[in-house]
Amino acid sequence: MKLVKNIGLVLFLVGLTIFTSLVFTGDFKMTDEIMRSNLSESELLNLETRLTSEVVEKNYSTSLSFGNDVIRIYNETNQQFRDAQQWDKVMYTAPKEFASKLARASSAGWIPQHKSLLFFLTFGLGILGSLMFVLAELKLGGPAGIKNNGVYHSAATNRGWIGISAFVFLVSFYILLYYFPFALTNVIGVVDPVKHLFNPADFASQWFLYGFMYCTVMIVMGARMIIKYRHNNYQIVRTIVVVFFQVIFAFLLVEILPLFDLPARDLKNAWPLDYSFLFEWNVTELLDSGHFGKFLFVWGIVLSLVIIPVMVYFYGKRWYCSWVCGCGGLAETLGDPYRQLSNKKLWAWKLERWMIHGVLVFAIIMTIFTGYLTYNVIQNPTMESKEYLFGFSAYDVRELYGFLIGSIFAGVIGTGFYPIFGNRTWCRFGCPLAAYMGLVQRFKSRFRITTNGGQCISCGNCSTYCEQGIDVRAYAQKGQNIVRSSCVGCGVCAAVCPRGVLKLENGPEANRFGNEGPIVLGNNGFELNQ
Amino acid sequence: MYVYMGHMRWSDIKPYEDWFWIKNRIDLVEDWVTSIDYQKKSINTKSGKSFSFDKLILALGSKPNKFGWPGQELKAVQGLYSKQDLESLEEISASTKQAVIVGGGLIGVELAEMLLSRGIKVTFLVREKKFWSNVLPMQEADLISRHIRKHHVDLRFETELAEIIDDGNGRAGAVITKSGEKIPCQLVGLTAGVSPNIDLVKESELETKNGILINTFFETNIADVYSIGDCAQFREPVAGRRALEQVWYTGRIMGETLAQTICGTRKQYNPGPWFNSAKFFDIEYQTYGNVNPTLSENEIEFYWEQAGGEKCIHFVWDKNTGIFKGINTFGIRMRHELFDQWLRKNALIDEVMMNLKAANFDPEFYTHHEQEIIEAFNRASGKNIQLKPKTWWRNLLNA
Ligand SMILES: Cc1cc2nc3c(=O)[nH]c(=O)nc-3n(C[C@H](O)[C@H](O)[C@H](O)COP(=O)(O)OP(=O)(O)OC[C@H]3O[C@@H](n4cnc5c(N)ncnc54)[C@H](O)[C@@H]3O)c2cc1C
Ligand code: SF4
Ligand code: SF4
Repeated sequence: MKLVKNIGLVLFLVGLTIFTSLVFTGDFKMTDEIMRSNLSESELLNLETRLTSEVVEKNYSTSLSFGNDVIRIYNETNQQFRDAQQWDKVMYTAPKEFASKLARASSAGWIPQHKSLLFFLTFGLGILGSLMFVLAELKLGGPAGIKNNGVYHSAATNRGWIGISAFVFLVSFYILLYYFPFALTNVIGVVDPVKHLFNPADFASQWFLYGFMYCTVMIVMGARMIIKYRHNNYQIVRTIVVVFFQVIFAFLLVEILPLFDLPARDLKNAWPLDYSFLFEWNVTELLDSGHFGKFLFVWGIVLSLVIIPVMVYFYGKRWYCSWVCGCGGLAETLGDPYRQLSNKKLWAWKLERWMIHGVLVFAIIMTIFTGYLTYNVIQNPTMESKEYLFGFSAYDVRELYGFLIGSIFAGVIGTGFYPIFGNRTWCRFGCPLAAYMGLVQRFKSRFRITTNGGQCISCGNCSTYCEQGIDVRAYAQKGQNIVRSSCVGCGVCAAVCPRGVLKLENGPEANRFGNEGPIVLGNNGFELNQ
Repeated sequence: MYVYMGHMRWSDIKPYEDWFWIKNRIDLVEDWVTSIDYQKKSINTKSGKSFSFDKLILALGSKPNKFGWPGQELKAVQGLYSKQDLESLEEISASTKQAVIVGGGLIGVELAEMLLSRGIKVTFLVREKKFWSNVLPMQEADLISRHIRKHHVDLRFETELAEIIDDGNGRAGAVITKSGEKIPCQLVGLTAGVSPNIDLVKESELETKNGILINTFFETNIADVYSIGDCAQFREPVAGRRALEQVWYTGRIMGETLAQTICGTRKQYNPGPWFNSAKFFDIEYQTYGNVNPTLSENEIEFYWEQAGGEKCIHFVWDKNTGIFKGINTFGIRMRHELFDQWLRKNALIDEVMMNLKAANFDPEFYTHHEQEIIEAFNRASGKNIQLKPKTWWRNLLNA
């Protein structure tokens, strides 16, 4: 079994190495023909001369260098138009998307001809290897039970060199994904065979790659989670459900809906986490897409304003954060090995409250701006400068939000920093939906974590493994229940507690907070709660 | 334990962050007390400092028992109690492949789990017929013994240590049991119980016996000097309790009670119904009330064990009155507050059995065994108790 595990590790590393090296290799050459068939008429008019003299027929060995040249030319050309105030000539495609399109078309040589083989050598080996690694634990890990031996001794999980490497890898990946997608051209091509399963005529985008990776990672790490907590049905059910929602709703449905000419939307993604819900392109597309589109629009509103608070009232925010949400799902699967790294200090809690509620306020303000814009687009099509409210442009506000919160915070920091700050950095410090649900959970909900009388021995396992950095012990050792806005109900505190002290449950709001006196149950010298 | 096994760092097991003490105006001093002057009301420490006091609370804890075994002072022979023990264990582990643990109680099983987590082979010598069968009824002792063996511990019953043999370098190299068997090892864990750590005060005017003698107000024979926790011994224990109570929960209750006295409301030690808990590898144990290793004359029992042999429940009640006396539960969590109430108001076994669903504290989605338990109970007792539907448990508290 040890051998199986080690072979698995080797296979995984081989797959990962090939995957990574794809970014640094390749053959990119744009022929004149490729240029002509991929540029629009106006683009051709604007860029033909410079592209032909500087890029066409030139050999590039990475898509990054190719893309950088293209972007430079694109931006410089645009700048000339701006300087000359030729506003009608300025091009509005995002430069990185423009470069991605050309890079994909210009990819030549061995790699694009062997996509299926490469798919097997990267994803195939990676999945096979990691599954072997994970499944071997069934035998190696001994009888079912808490498996935290060596967590703080391992360089992978104690911010050692493996953790730091994982951190560098993840952050680099997110930076390329968000800001230099053309650098990933080869890698994106590798999942083309998968994309063809949905639509033989279409090619994968960076978001398809991301979605596909997200799903495979969640399935493999979900299997790991289930094996690790196989004595705990709460964890098993929860993990299956959250993986299900990711694969079916966030991935498959989004791929399948467009095949029926329906808008591709993730039905479980709720505002304000889905911050583009009220963007004018979203709303107009939905309203123009027949009954289903209108349904999606209404569904989005009902989900955020009715279903979410009502469900949080009955079950706590865990129903979303740990059972449905994609961000939460990744945190609970890929992120599980890092949950102990969240900061438990009081100052971190204070910072958390400022940050997460700050983001919520920002999200609301941003939504007001875009909502105003969208309203004008639909109701006052003739109005000029529809986007200006209080002197600010809705485009600017939402671009800022998308950059700071949508990509830097949620992606680069939220996931890239798993091995450093723990697995729920985004959920704890940044997610506006979590903030919103947290307010409901804290002030009007039937959910609490009940502390079992006086049984706590102050050992600290619960606090250590709380991914949200809640000092669970501080409550438990006083016999108090845990009622905290940030608790995502992952149930791990209850799982790791060696004395069976904690139970996540829903019940009447009365007595929700448990023991309020200084004396813990078991001491007759005092009357409880008096 | 958890630091050694890598579950937590040292900083994680501190019950409060360091600022807590300062904020609450508590001076936390790390030092050894070397002597106490009761007349001058001051204590002196190893680093040469001295502190005066108005009131003194002695909570010195315990130290591991050593019964004069030959070789017990060798290197790599140690108990498991203090931070120093933890540090020395850490140091010795690196050069240890096999270990022998002497004494089958809670600390012994904890040490076994720790050593196994580092890939050290463990031979576990237990004097009793089964693991901890001096405290647990035989059924439970047997269940836990099987579980310990499942974790590949070489568990030996009715085996006692005779001597520890030098490996030639002043370090333990093997142990010899009373039956003459020689077991090679590089580490010997002595976990045959603890006794009050009272060396500091033994030769003083403070009255001691096994521990520091106190009344039920924790007062020693010297005014303004109190003692609580593992090191304290009641001259007259409160009803149904022992003179020495060396568990965590009683230590905390004593602390809570004495704090009232120190703050001006003199309070007597008056613990509620007994409860305790532990974890043996993967099996959690909780107990409420009293379940003794052997039934007393007027007691009657019901024992249920899950088919897999990893969960069990043991109920004891009074034969004549039907009053519920206690429960041991392994692998099933139970609500403290409900059992506390039932024990206090002398609830009948029938009431307890009826409300098993409300009493269950397992996480959601766990397999429930109440129906199976109640059916077995009815068969065994000839009763016909029906489970009440799962009511929100707090409704029962004041019912
Ligand atoms: C490995 C292990 C496992 C256990 N498991 C359980 C369990 O599962 N359930 C349970 O209920 N109980 C358990 N116990 C018992 C429980 O830990 C003790 O009953 C409890 O800690 C006693 O508290 P105390 O305050 O009396 O003493 P301690 O916690 O021992 O504190 C005594 C303190 O006094 C200090 N001290 C002693 N002498 C001096 C001096 N001269 N100068 C300065 N400081 C001094 C010591 O350094 C120590 O910090 C376990 C004990 C051990 C060792
Ligand atoms: S308090 Fe417990 S359930 Fe809530 S987030 Fe922390 S570990 Fe998860
Ligand atoms: S894990 Fe359990 S016993 Fe340990 S501090 Fe938390 S609630 Fe208390």
